Amino acid sequence: MNDIAAPTIEYGQLAPMLLVFGAAVLGVLVEAFAPRYLRRSIHIPLTLAALVGSFALVLVQVFVSGVPTSPAAMGAVAVDGPTLFLWGVIAALAFVSVLLINDEDNFVAQAAAVPGSADEEDAEIAGFSQTEVYPLVLFAVGGMLLFTASNDLLIMFVALEVMSLPLYLLCGLARRRRLLSQEAAVKYFLLGAFSSAFFLFGMAMVYGFAGSVGLSDINAALPNVGGQEPLLVLGTALLGVGLLFKIGAAPFQAWKPDVYQGAPTPITALMASGTLVAAFGALLRVFWVALGNFDWDWRPVMWGVAILTMVAGAILAITQTDIKRMLAYSSIAHAGFLLTGVIATGAAEQNRDALSGILFYLLVYGITTVGAFAIVTMVRDAGGEAGHLSRWAGLGKRSPMLAGVFAFFLLAFAGIPLTSGFFGKYAVFSAAVAGGVLPLVLVGVVSSAIAAFFYVRVIVLMFFSDPAADGPTVVGPSVGTASVVAVAAAATVVLGVFPEPMLDLADKAASALFVR
Amino acid sequence: MPWLSILIAVPVLGSVGVALLPKGADKLAKQLTLAVSLIVLGLTIAMAVQFSPGSTDRFQFAETYRWIPSFGVHFGVGVDGIALVLIALSAVLVPIVVLASWHDADAPTAKRSVKAYFSLLLLLEAMMVGVFAATDVFLFYVFFEAMLIPMYFMIGSYGGAQRSYAAVKFLLYSLFGGLLMLVAVIALYVIADKGTFMFPELIGAITDPATQKWLFLGFFIAFAIKAPLWPFHTWLPDAAAQAPAGAAVLLVGVLDKVGTYGMLRFCLELFPDASKFFTPLVLVLSVVGIVYGAIVAIGQTDMKRLIAYTSISHFGFIAMGVFAMTANAASGATLYMVNHGFSTGALFLIAGFLIYRRGSHHIQDYGGVQKVAPVLAGTFLVAGLSGLALPGLSTFVSEFMVLIGTYERYVVPAIIATSGVVLAAIYILWMYQRVANGPTAEKVQGMRDLDSREKWVIVPLLALIVALGFFPKPILDVINPAVDKTLANVSVTEFKPAVPAVAEPKGAGE
Repeated sequence: MNDIAAPTIEYGQLAPMLLVFGAAVLGVLVEAFAPRYLRRSIHIPLTLAALVGSFALVLVQVFVSGVPTSPAAMGAVAVDGPTLFLWGVIAALAFVSVLLINDEDNFVAQAAAVPGSADEEDAEIAGFSQTEVYPLVLFAVGGMLLFTASNDLLIMFVALEVMSLPLYLLCGLARRRRLLSQEAAVKYFLLGAFSSAFFLFGMAMVYGFAGSVGLSDINAALPNVGGQEPLLVLGTALLGVGLLFKIGAAPFQAWKPDVYQGAPTPITALMASGTLVAAFGALLRVFWVALGNFDWDWRPVMWGVAILTMVAGAILAITQTDIKRMLAYSSIAHAGFLLTGVIATGAAEQNRDALSGILFYLLVYGITTVGAFAIVTMVRDAGGEAGHLSRWAGLGKRSPMLAGVFAFFLLAFAGIPLTSGFFGKYAVFSAAVAGGVLPLVLVGVVSSAIAAFFYVRVIVLMFFSDPAADGPTVVGPSVGTASVVAVAAAATVVLGVFPEPMLDLADKAASALFVR
Repeated sequence: MPWLSILIAVPVLGSVGVALLPKGADKLAKQLTLAVSLIVLGLTIAMAVQFSPGSTDRFQFAETYRWIPSFGVHFGVGVDGIALVLIALSAVLVPIVVLASWHDADAPTAKRSVKAYFSLLLLLEAMMVGVFAATDVFLFYVFFEAMLIPMYFMIGSYGGAQRSYAAVKFLLYSLFGGLLMLVAVIALYVIADKGTFMFPELIGAITDPATQKWLFLGFFIAFAIKAPLWPFHTWLPDAAAQAPAGAAVLLVGVLDKVGTYGMLRFCLELFPDASKFFTPLVLVLSVVGIVYGAIVAIGQTDMKRLIAYTSISHFGFIAMGVFAMTANAASGATLYMVNHGFSTGALFLIAGFLIYRRGSHHIQDYGGVQKVAPVLAGTFLVAGLSGLALPGLSTFVSEFMVLIGTYERYVVPAIIATSGVVLAAIYILWMYQRVANGPTAEKVQGMRDLDSREKWVIVPLLALIVALGFFPKPILDVINPAVDKTLANVSVTEFKPAVPAVAEPKGAGE
C-alpha cells in the first residue's frame, strides 16, 4: 500500500502572498454583498492595507524569521532572497499604483455599456464606477508575487494566468477612448493567450525531457538524460517565448505599445512596473535555476534577443508621437538592458553580482516608471489625457514643477548620473562586462545614446518650445497622485545620490542566489 | 579644512537658494548668485595660497570618503597644479559671467525664468569644480556627465533662434562619448581588479597592451568629443553660437577643457603605452584641427561661430601639447587651457555685448564700431590679439611653449601647426577690421559704449591676459611639478633632448 503523505505548506513563508490573495477574495465578497455606494470606501483601505501588510510580512521574514534556505510548499514555491526582494518591490510598486488607480476619472463607469451608447451616458450620470478594479488588481498582484516565487513550471503557469487574466480585463476599462482601450484589451488577451500556450507547450516538452516540472529536477536531469535533446531545446525555446513575451523583449514586443497606450494609465503604470519585475523574476528562475547548466545552448539566442530588444526599443521609440507609446518602447529598451544582466552568468560570485544588479535595476526602473505614468495622468485636455507629444509643447512654462519632475524622470530613464537610473544601468552593465558580454554592453550604450534622443526630445518640447494656444490643462493632482509623484521623485534622487543601502540590500538578497 | 568639498558645496547651496527665491525676485537672484560666486572665488584664492607646488604629495587638499562601497566608488577629491589652475579658471570666470549675463535672461525676447538661469549657473560651477577635483575615476565620470544637464538647459532655454537644435546636438554628442567612456570605466574597474576607482591606485594597473588600447579609445573618444578635436567638433559651433554669451564662455572656456584635462590626466597616466601608440594619430587630428579650424574660422560670417572655430584650432594646439609628452609642451598645454579660457571668454563676452547692442551676430551688419564705441572696440581688439597669441599677451607664452615642446620631438607637426598662428592673424584681424573699422554702418550709429558693469566684466579678464603674458611664472610654478609627475608616470622623461631647445622657456614671454 502506498502512503500518500499530506503536503506540508509553510504558511509563514507564503504569508505575504496569501494575504494579497485573501484580500482579493474579500474584495470579491465586497462586490457581491456591499451596497454600491459603500464599495469604494471599503475597497480602498482593504486594498492598500493588504499591500502594506504584504510588504510588512516580507520585512518580518527578512529581519525576524530569516530568509528560508529551502523551497516551500513541497518544492513548488521558493521564498528565497531574490523572491523576498522582488516581493517587497512588487508590493511597494503595487501600492503606489493603487494610489493612482484610486484617482477619479480613469475608469469606465460601466464596462458593459457600449461605448457612445445611451447606456454609457446613463451610467455616467448615475455616477457608477467599476469597483471590481480593486480585487482585480489584487489578484494580478498576487499572481505577480507567485510568478516570481514559483519553483515549478506548473505553478509558474498558474501564476502567469492569475497575473495576466485580471490585467487583460483591466486594460479594457479606460474611461476615455474606450474603443482604443477595448482594442488594447483584446490584443493583449489574444497575444497573451498565445504566449501562454507557447509556455504550456514548452513546459510539456521539458516535462517530456526531464520527467518533472520542478525547476531543480529539470536542472538535475540535464546531465543525466541522454538522447532527448530535441525535446529540451524545443521546450527551452517555447518557454522562452512565453517569458520573453511578458517582459516585452523583441521580437515579442509588438503588444506593448498598443496595450500601454490603450490601457487606463494607472494600469499601464502597474503593468510597466510590477509585471516587468515579476516576469524578470520568473525568467531568471527558469533560465538560471532550471536551465542554468544549459546556458551554452540558450545563451546565443538570448544574445540575439537582447541586442534586438535594445536596438528595436530605442529606434522605434524615436518615431513615436504618443507619450505612452514612447514610454512603452522605452520599457522595451530597458528590458533589453536587463537581459544583458541575465546573460552575464558565470561563477557564483559573478551570478551574484549580475543578480543584485538586476534586482536593483528593477526597483529603480519600476519606481521611476510609476512616477512618469503618474504625471501622464495629470496632463489632460477635453478628451482625457493629452497623449500626443505635440500637446506637451511648452509645458515647462505652464507648469514648471510638473515638467521639471517629468524631465528628471526622463533623465533617469536615460541614465544620467545623479539619478537612480544611472546606478541601475551601471550595476547591470558592470556585471555584464565582468561576465564577459562586453559586446552586448557596447550595444547597450549605443542604444542608450539613441534612447537619450527621444527622452531629450520630450524635454525639448516641454521646455524649449512655445506652448500651444489651446494646450492641455494640468489638473491639480489628488493627494494620491501627488504623493506618488513625490515618492517616485524622492526615490529617484535618493537612490541616485546615495544608492549604497539599497545596493547592499540587493546584494544581500542575491547573496545566496536562488534556492533550488 | 575640507576645502574642495566646501568649494563644491557652496555653489550647490547657492543654487538651491537661488531656485527657492520667490517669483519676481530677479534682482535678488542675480545679486545672490554674484555673491555666492565671489565667495567661491575667495575660497579658491584662499586655498590656492596654501597650495605648495613643491609638495611631494600627488594630490593636495585630498579628501576621500566612501560613497558606494559596493562599486568601490569614493567621493575622492584633491588637486595638483593642473587641477588647481583649472579650478581657479572656473572660479574666476563664473562671477564675470554672472555680471556679464545680468540682462541675458531677462531680454525681452526670451520670457524665461531669470532665477532658473542663475541657479543653473551655480550648479554648473559646482560641477566644474568637482570634475577637476575628482581623484576617483567614477566620480569624475559622474561630474563629466552630470554637468551636461545644466549646460543643456542654459543653451536650450536661453539661447538664440536655433537653440533647441544646438542644445540637443550638444547633449547627444557628449552623451554618446560619455557612454563609450562609461564602458571603458567599467572595464577599467573590472580588469584592474583593485576593487576601487581611486585614480592613484589605478595608475599602472592595466598592463596588457591590447586592453590599454581599447580602454584608451573609450576615454579618448569621449574627451575628443568634449574638447572637441577634429573630426568630432561639429557640435561646438552650433552650441557656442546659440548659447547665451555667458554660457558660451563657460562652455568653451571651461567645459571643453574637461576634454583636454582628461586626456592629460586619465589617458596619459592610466594608459601610457596606448597613449604612445596613438600619439601619431592624435597629433594628426590635432594638426588637422589647428589648420582646419583656422581656415573655417576665416570663412565664418557669424561672430560667435567664428570664435567657436578659433577654439577648435586652439584645442588642436592643446591636444598636440598634451600628446607631445615633453615637459614644455605639456606645461604649455596646461597653461594654454587657462589662457584660452580667459582669452576666448573675453572674446565671447565682447561679442555678446556687440550682439546685445546691434541685435545681430552677422559680422557684415557691423562696421565702424571703433568710432562710436571706442572702448568697446579697443577691448575687442585686445581680446582678439590675445586670440591670435600676440607676444606680450598670455596666450603667446602657452602657444610658444606648445610649439617648442612639440618641436623637440615631433618636428613636422610642429612646423605645420605654426601655420595656425598665421591663419589666426587673418581670422582675428579681418573680423576686427570688418566690425570696428571702415565707415560706420547705419545701425551701428549711436551704439553705446561700455557701461561700468560691462567694464567690470572685461577689465579683470584683460588685466589677467596682460599680466600673465608678462609674468606667467606663478602659474607655471604651480603647473610644472604636476606636469613632471604626470609625465613621470608615462615614463617619457628619458626622451629629453640632449640640448635644451630653449634656455629658459618659462620666461619666454618676458
